[in-house]
Amino acid sequence: MKKFWAVFVARNLEFFRDRSTLIFNLAFPIILILGFAYAFPGGGGTTFKIGLVGDRPAAGSVEDVAFLHYKHLQFLPYAGLATPLDRLAHDQIDMVIDFSKREYYVNEASSNGYVLEKMFAAGDSSAAAPASGGIFSRNTVSGTPIRYVDWLVPGVLGINILFGSLSGVGFVIVRYRRNGVLKRFKATPLSAFQFVSAQVLSRFFIVAFLSTVIFAGTDSVLHFRMAGSWALLALVNALAILCMISLGLVFSSRIKSEEAAGGIMNLITWPMMILSGVFFSLEGTPQAMQIASRAFPITYYIEASRAVMLDGAGLARIAGDLGVLAAMTLVFLAAAAALFKWE
Amino acid sequence: MNDSVDPTPILEVRDLHKAYGKVKAVDGISFAVREGSCFGILGPNGAGKTTAIEVIETIHEPDSGTILYRGEVVGRSFKENIGIQFQDTSLQEFLTVRETLELFSKLYPKPRPIDEIIAACSLEEFIDRDNRKLSGGQRQRMLLGIALANDPDLLFLDEPTTGLDPHARRNFWRLVEGIKAQGKTVILTTHYMDEAEYLCDDIIVMDHGRIIESGRPRELLLKHFGEAVIRVPEAAVPAGASFSCPSELEDGFVAFNCADTDASLRELVAGGVDLAGISVERRNLDDLFLKLTGSGLD
Repeated sequence: MKKFWAVFVARNLEFFRDRSTLIFNLAFPIILILGFAYAFPGGGGTTFKIGLVGDRPAAGSVEDVAFLHYKHLQFLPYAGLATPLDRLAHDQIDMVIDFSKREYYVNEASSNGYVLEKMFAAGDSSAAAPASGGIFSRNTVSGTPIRYVDWLVPGVLGINILFGSLSGVGFVIVRYRRNGVLKRFKATPLSAFQFVSAQVLSRFFIVAFLSTVIFAGTDSVLHFRMAGSWALLALVNALAILCMISLGLVFSSRIKSEEAAGGIMNLITWPMMILSGVFFSLEGTPQAMQIASRAFPITYYIEASRAVMLDGAGLARIAGDLGVLAAMTLVFLAAAAALFKWE
Repeated sequence: MNDSVDPTPILEVRDLHKAYGKVKAVDGISFAVREGSCFGILGPNGAGKTTAIEVIETIHEPDSGTILYRGEVVGRSFKENIGIQFQDTSLQEFLTVRETLELFSKLYPKPRPIDEIIAACSLEEFIDRDNRKLSGGQRQRMLLGIALANDPDLLFLDEPTTGLDPHARRNFWRLVEGIKAQGKTVILTTHYMDEAEYLCDDIIVMDHGRIIESGRPRELLLKHFGEAVIRVPEAAVPAGASFSCPSELEDGFVAFNCADTDASLRELVAGGVDLAGISVERRNLDDLFLKLTGSGLD
């Protein structure tokens, strides 16, 4: 244990005394969050999103209104009414149409909803199908709108965890291997397990600290929505950090060159940033993209943390995401233990 | 070598082999190291010195061969008994010298007190300095301190003074002498023949992964060259004269390799040799290597 703590403390001192790295790690995500908050003060984006419940009507039927054929509208199918209504109340979508009950719902506080309702009611005189008037009955919902930055902040924290973990463990171990630090440790009675576990815990502490500072700092200005449990959010973050660190250990287990490490890191991080729903929702994206997103740990982190923060989800609802993160962590740790070499 | 002096050497290497692909980096070397001695491993770049020493340190696995520490095949606890100063070492950054020493001390079950290491390696003046901001000599002293963190009986120094100025090298030699005086055994690889002559009690010379000569430096020089070489211009030696010490022609000079310099000088004068232009030099290990391999030390 003495050896473990010695390496843990040394690694933490190395990180916190490297001021340029520390400042960059703190400043980048804070600037990102504040920048998005400034650029998108409202719900973010201009795409109209309409939730559809029930089977889409057959072509030519009375429910197949012209509105359903308008361009530049995004229709999102839902199995039940509860989820889309909750999203409508929080301004995450703009309208809900329930075909089975011939009802539609709008949020009266939503500007997008107002415009959509006008379009829905007016119909399109050039279309063969009738407008909606008289077919669907109107309902309203209300709730606090979720700003884009509220929706975005779990994604930015996820990116911070991703980069902080991969570079902090992956790059550092590769650098240690290349310049002989690992060889120096190998010459001592320190075991590979003691060394690696100290690196993992040190990085866990650092990333958790940075995430907390970033969240608390930006929250003091932007006052994020927090509908769920802080403890549960901390658990989601802790598991995500461990998972990303473990992934970093896998790719750093043998590589000697920092250039190669950089290439592999790009290969890992860019698809995650694009396909994990960090900056935009994956709802309505092609199925292949949604399937691909399930391969990335950050997807589960973002889903779980958004569910906790925005929807107030409890442990039961995010247990699946946590389970996948835990399973990925174990797989990555096992692979890293099998592959790790001092030199 | 020298097993007769101490029947239980602190370290014994038997028929050690290590190859990288088709390259035999270490090709069947055997030697023994007396406790309390300084043992030098000499040779040019690529001779296999560093590979040999790192296999012995258990940094690399040998292909075959046996390494015995105090008569026992080396095991996991071997690392607790040895100190290592690598040829090239980087350390964790942003740590002071003291913090670096403390880090390595905590990796051993029975560390040497930090204050003793500081005194032994003369680290006082820069003990609280960032380890990135040390001069070459200071850095080597710190690395020596790290190698002493566990108070080892056996210390491996792999080219510890490469790149240091003469003053820093001399200072480092004095530290090694002090460590020897404490009864520690030192295994030293070096490019510097003066360093080997100054510090080493026994040496081996390696080339192409093999040991090509071994023994005590002074004895090896006497064996191969005698006590000194007397150089006389070829024209100063009477035609047909013969002398008891062996001679050879070197660039217009006759070089006499003498076992007894005074006696040889008297013999040359008596034999009619004109002493104008004479020079008397001691041979060194560089000359020995040149003779053994036909190439100079890099």
